[in-house]
Amino acid sequence: MGGYTVREIAAAQIKDCVKELILEASYVIGRDVEETMMQFKEEEPSPSGRAVLDQLLENYRIAREERVAICQDTGMCVVFLDIGQQVHITGGDLTEAVNSAVREAYNEGYLRKSVVRDPLYDRVNTRDNTPAILHTRIVPGDKLDILVTPKGFGSENMSRIKMLVPADGEQGVVDFIVNTVVEAGPNPCPPVIVGVGIGGTMEMAAILAKRMTARPLSEANPDPRYAALEETILSKINASGVGPAGIGGRTTALKVNIAASPTHIAGLPVAVNICCHAARHAARTM
Amino acid sequence: MDHIRVSLPLDPEQVKALRAGDTILLSGALYTARDAAHKRLVACLDEGRELPFDPTNQLIYYVGPAPASPGHAVGSAGPTTSYRMDPYAPRLIAAGLKGMMGKGRRSPAVIEAMKEHGAVYLGAVGGAAALIAQRIKSSQVIAYDDLGAEAIHRFEVEDFPALVLIDCLGNNLYETGPAQYRED
Ligand code: SF4
Repeated sequence: MGGYTVREIAAAQIKDCVKELILEASYVIGRDVEETMMQFKEEEPSPSGRAVLDQLLENYRIAREERVAICQDTGMCVVFLDIGQQVHITGGDLTEAVNSAVREAYNEGYLRKSVVRDPLYDRVNTRDNTPAILHTRIVPGDKLDILVTPKGFGSENMSRIKMLVPADGEQGVVDFIVNTVVEAGPNPCPPVIVGVGIGGTMEMAAILAKRMTARPLSEANPDPRYAALEETILSKINASGVGPAGIGGRTTALKVNIAASPTHIAGLPVAVNICCHAARHAARTM
Repeated sequence: MDHIRVSLPLDPEQVKALRAGDTILLSGALYTARDAAHKRLVACLDEGRELPFDPTNQLIYYVGPAPASPGHAVGSAGPTTSYRMDPYAPRLIAAGLKGMMGKGRRSPAVIEAMKEHGAVYLGAVGGAAALIAQRIKSSQVIAYDDLGAEAIHRFEVEDFPALVLIDCLGNNLYETGPAQYRED
């Protein structure tokens, strides 16, 4: 990279990129999700469970080929931007660029608008699915990493966070995560992907959990202890019997993705963000 | 698996014979409604006003479809989670509604009303929304246009794949299905 050079990126370019990623995520499921589901289908002992997985795989195919939404709940649009500190964004407001991308993608892409202006007193649809939920981070370098994850609320509503205490230990963490998924039963559209954030502060655990819903299913936590924990929790969830669509079977979750972070001496925050099988995300580096 | 063919509006005798776990194919007309539309329907009942459609023997599908793109009758149209309609459903069942279709568990009060009035709760596969949309042949907004995706639509469906989740005796596939595959 050499000396400290500033790289300019126009807000309009970011808007175009975010818009493309929203459309891509809404129509085309990731290969990793599709392949993992096929593998689970081979092992699924329940005939009605297999029939559900067949419908879901067929649904992915139709959505991809016809360029229609994988699920009608095209979600609230969560956008992660990792902005290199050498990047200078020019020609407009970054937040507005992201919101314009949402507005254009949801209108032109026949995606459902599901956002209300106020959570309590003024539940009026904003009619263009704005605002996006925007998480930015300043990182070294001169690149801009964009991750778009439209999130449906059938599964968002089943997500939970709990401030465990250090004495709860590994067993407490396992129980909380497994119970969250099993008690959600059919509601979050299983098979699900379980994003988990352990440590940090309350909001950090939640953001980590959201990021983990988009980690490729072929990856495991780089720390072997956490990788083993991911496996343990996955088997326990799949021993629950909930199954595809919650009607019985062994395929309740496709993957458990954990991220851990330093925390306070007195704390053990755990956030579980459940993502349904319509696990939509798309990423690009600018 | 063998499918049972069910035509809409529902035949109360056929509804009584359906059992949790049956897979069915629906053909005919149904109505859509979600949270906001349910609130208005029940307000109509409370105030003694006429409902925008006669619920007798009808099936309500809990869905807020995506907008239709050119060449499609509807956009993706899978079920939404049903428990949010639980506070309203018993009133509609008492008013003649014979079926509900969505995803997820129901409250004891809803199941009691189903048993009392001989109604059925069907499931469509949550998230199979593009596949389901292909079985919806036409869509027309019949009330509450201002609610957008939450307006009441009348869908004509053909061979719409569904599953009996809870029957009029209270048998519940969400209990019996997972129990069969639970380990330890
Ligand atoms: S939980 Fe996911 S798959 Fe199910 S309806 Fe919501 S967005 Fe669609």
